[in-house]
This record gives sequence, structure tokens and C-alpha cells, in this order.
Amino acid sequence: MVKFLKRFYLSLIFIFLYAPILVLIIYSFNESKSRGHWGGFTLKWYGELFRDRDIIKALYYTFLVALLSSIISTVIGTFSAIGIHNMGHFGKKLALNINYLPVLNPDIVTGIALMTLFISLRMQLGFLTMLLSHIMFNIPYVILSVLPKLKQMNKHTTEAALDLGATPSYAFRKVVIPEIMPGVITGALIAFTLSIDDFVISFFNTGPGVTNLSIHVFSMARKGVKPSINALTTLMLLTVVILLLLINKRTTKGDELIP
Amino acid sequence: MKNRAKFLAYPYLVWMAIFIVIPLFLVLFYSLTKGNIHDPSSLSFSLESYARVFEVNYLKVIWKSFKLAFISTLFCFVLGYPVALIISTVKAKYKSILLMFFLVPIWMNFLLRTYAWMSILSPNGFINRLLSFLGLPTLSIMPGQTAVVLGMIYNFLPFMVLPIYTVLSKIDRSVIEAAMDLGANKIRTFFNVIFPLTVPGIISGITMVFMPAVSTFVISRLLGGNKELLIGNLIEQQFTVQRDWHFGSALSIILMIMILISMAVMSKFESDNDNGGAPTW
Repeated sequence: MVKFLKRFYLSLIFIFLYAPILVLIIYSFNESKSRGHWGGFTLKWYGELFRDRDIIKALYYTFLVALLSSIISTVIGTFSAIGIHNMGHFGKKLALNINYLPVLNPDIVTGIALMTLFISLRMQLGFLTMLLSHIMFNIPYVILSVLPKLKQMNKHTTEAALDLGATPSYAFRKVVIPEIMPGVITGALIAFTLSIDDFVISFFNTGPGVTNLSIHVFSMARKGVKPSINALTTLMLLTVVILLLLINKRTTKGDELIP
Repeated sequence: MKNRAKFLAYPYLVWMAIFIVIPLFLVLFYSLTKGNIHDPSSLSFSLESYARVFEVNYLKVIWKSFKLAFISTLFCFVLGYPVALIISTVKAKYKSILLMFFLVPIWMNFLLRTYAWMSILSPNGFINRLLSFLGLPTLSIMPGQTAVVLGMIYNFLPFMVLPIYTVLSKIDRSVIEAAMDLGANKIRTFFNVIFPLTVPGIISGITMVFMPAVSTFVISRLLGGNKELLIGNLIEQQFTVQRDWHFGSALSIILMIMILISMAVMSKFESDNDNGGAPTW
């Protein structure tokens, strides 16, 4: 009985989570443009999606910004985490508290604060400002995922390497980096996902001609129905499921999927 | 190496000063001034923007933001806690797949998820088509508060489940066994042992749901139309449409202060709970 209730409840929650997406998937194959009216099976919205220059451009910027910002913030974040780890008690505490601000602050406050900065500096809002803002909100997450690994590390290992004649940079590459690698990878993945999904901060810090996927969907959704968004949702879901299945197969530990 | 390694952090300290500290001070500065933002010499000290925040219309909007965020957080907790509990009790081989399918929607774009609700709830959307097909009266919840709350619950539910699940999966089995051995039944074990141990997870879940919900402007804009303005929409409008940075900044500062207060209350609740074993109720 309890088992049945558990399954029933979980099924209800999964229906709640997937029903909206499922409805969009069905609509994406709908010949008729109006919602709720079934006009027959078609793939034309998928064709329209790939011919839509604006969507392709938005996808291009989304991935470009996500890739660049996650790489740059992973590099800066990892080195800074090592630096912060070796700072004195007071400095460390101060640095970590400031580092934590963008995580705690609502996105909208971070977004408008950065926009205020860029405009005060007379910077033209556009690709560069969007990239900078993404790097800015990504670094704290990289630092927060690298720091625990540094704390876990046996500090004598590095000293041993140095005593045995390794140069500091050799010891860094052969001892420190392998030890903290899991944290670095987690940080990079979090950064990439956050960047791809970001709307609010990008919305305030981008300029004419440069949009990402979220901004594009927002402006389309405000205008009304566009069946190619349904096609896009279907493709996104497919990509996410395939990616997650691949990761799941590789790690076979569900806990690793938690961002 | 130990002492020299700290220099690695110095470039980032400069970066933080430029991109984290200065922008927040700029917001504070604009909130306390009036005048033309593009002409620094015209700016003068003023508390006018803060006075405007306390006008009845705006207080109503702030109240509504907190009310809707509170309702959605409550629903996320009530709906999400059992989910975390159930997932933590299933067999290991199903656990990862269940968790994965729970996470798929949050890996999808946030805007697309909200858009999905638009096509379900809109006046001639899926639900109303279904209802009229069945000969039932149609609903008109979108645009409206119900639709906004539904959108918030949908988007933020996983953020409640994940931290609670993480805490649950870390509970030492022997603690539960000890409670059972000492004669507690399942319900008692849950309320006196398991639940208190998950309080840190609940706290972070509540924070992770409440914060984005109270400051959102997307969900309220797309599902609430133009009539369900929240504080996020007010801030957004000041910076994109009205170009009134002073008022927008004052609203942001108020939002930050109110979130800080809520979090302080929450963490007090958490530390109170750490002192005693079982909750008093």
C-alpha cells in the first residue's frame, strides 16, 4: 500500500514536470499554427527553425559565450582558489565573503549593477559586456567547487615534491592539478550550464544585435505563438536526455549529476 | 611556495573590486542621488527615490512579490519533501535514473520551460481546449496570480528537492536503526530523527526557491501579463523603459535588504535548531 502510494505520488510529480514539455512536443509536429487545433502531422516547423537566422544567431552566441566564459572563469577561478587557499585568515575570509556576493544576490541586482558599471565606464553594451558579465558570475562557482578539494589535499604532498627536487611549476602540474581536478571539472560544468541557461544578467548587459537563446525566446514569447519554439524545445529536450544518459552511463552514480 | 601562492589571488581581488564591489556601490550611489545620470555634475544627494518606494502602489507590489514567493516556496516544500524522501528510499539502481529524469527539466532552458506553461495555460491553450472538448467550463487563470505561482513552483521545485535529497542521502543509517531499536515507530523516527537532521537541507532549499521567486520578472511577465507586476518587473522597467536609475537602484537596495533580513531570520532558525535535539513541536 505504502509502495503504491509512493509510486503514485512520484508519477504525479513526474506528470507535472513533463506534461508542459510533452504538450510542446506534440504541438511541434502540428500542421496548424494555432494552439489546440490539430491540423495534421508536419515537420515544417523544424525546417523553419533551421532557416530562422535569428534563432541560429542566438544559439551561436549562447554557445560561444558559454564556452569562452566557462573556460576563462575556470582558469581564473582555479588559480584564484589556490591563491585564496594560501591567504591569511582575515584576507581569506574577506575574499570569500566578497566572492559569495554574486551567488547570494538576486540575478536582477547583479545584472543591473553590472549594467550601471558598464554604462558609467562608457562601454558599448554588446558581446564583450555580456561575456564579461558571464565570466563575473561564473568565477565564484568555480572557486567554491575548487576550494573544498584544496582543503582535502594533504599539504605535505606538495612539500615532498619540492623536497625531492621538483620545481614549483612542476610540482603544481604533477601534484596539485591532479588532486584538485574533480573540483575544477565540476566548476567548469557548473559555469557552462549557468552561462547557457542565463537570462537575467545577459538581458541587462547585452546590446543591439547580440542575443542569446533565452533573450530570443523571451522576446518571441512576448509577441505570441511561434511554433518553431516548440520544435526548439523538442530538440533541446532530446539533447539534454542524450547528454545525461551518456554522463550517467559513464559515472553510473546519479549523485554526480547534481549541479 | 605556501607564501608565494597567495599572490595568485591578487589579480582576482582587483577583479572582484571592479566587477562586484564597485557596481554595488554604484547602485547604492544612484539610489541616494537624483539628477541626470549622464551628467555627473547634475547629481545631488536625495532620499526621494526611497520615499517613492514607500508609496502605496509600490508597497503593494513589494507585498505581492513576497506573498507569491512565499506561497510558491511553501508549495515547493510540501510537494518536494516527499519527493526527496521517496527518491532517497528507492533501490540504488533506480535512484540514479529517477534523479536524472527529475533533473532533465532544469537542464532545459528556463525560458522554454516558462513558455511551455504559457501554451498550456493561455486562454486558448491546451487545458482550455481539453476542457471545452469535454464540455466543461474553461478556466481563465492566465494571465493571473495562479499562473505565476504555478510557473514558480514548476521552475523552482527541483531546487527544493535536491538539497533535501542530498542531506537525506547522507544520514547515517545506524542513527535511524538506533531510534527503531529504542522503540520508536516509523512516524516517530521520522519526526524526531530524520526530519530534524534534514533542516539544513530544507533551509538551503527554501533559500534557493524563495530568492529567485521573489526577484523574478520573467515568470510574472510571461504568465501574469501586464497586470501582475512584481518588484522584479518594477526594477526592470526602471532600467529599460523608464530610464530612472535612481528609483530602480533604490528598489534594488530595498530588495537586497529584505532578502538579507529573510536570510538572517532563516539562519537564526537553523542555529536554534542545532542547539536542541528534537524540535519542540
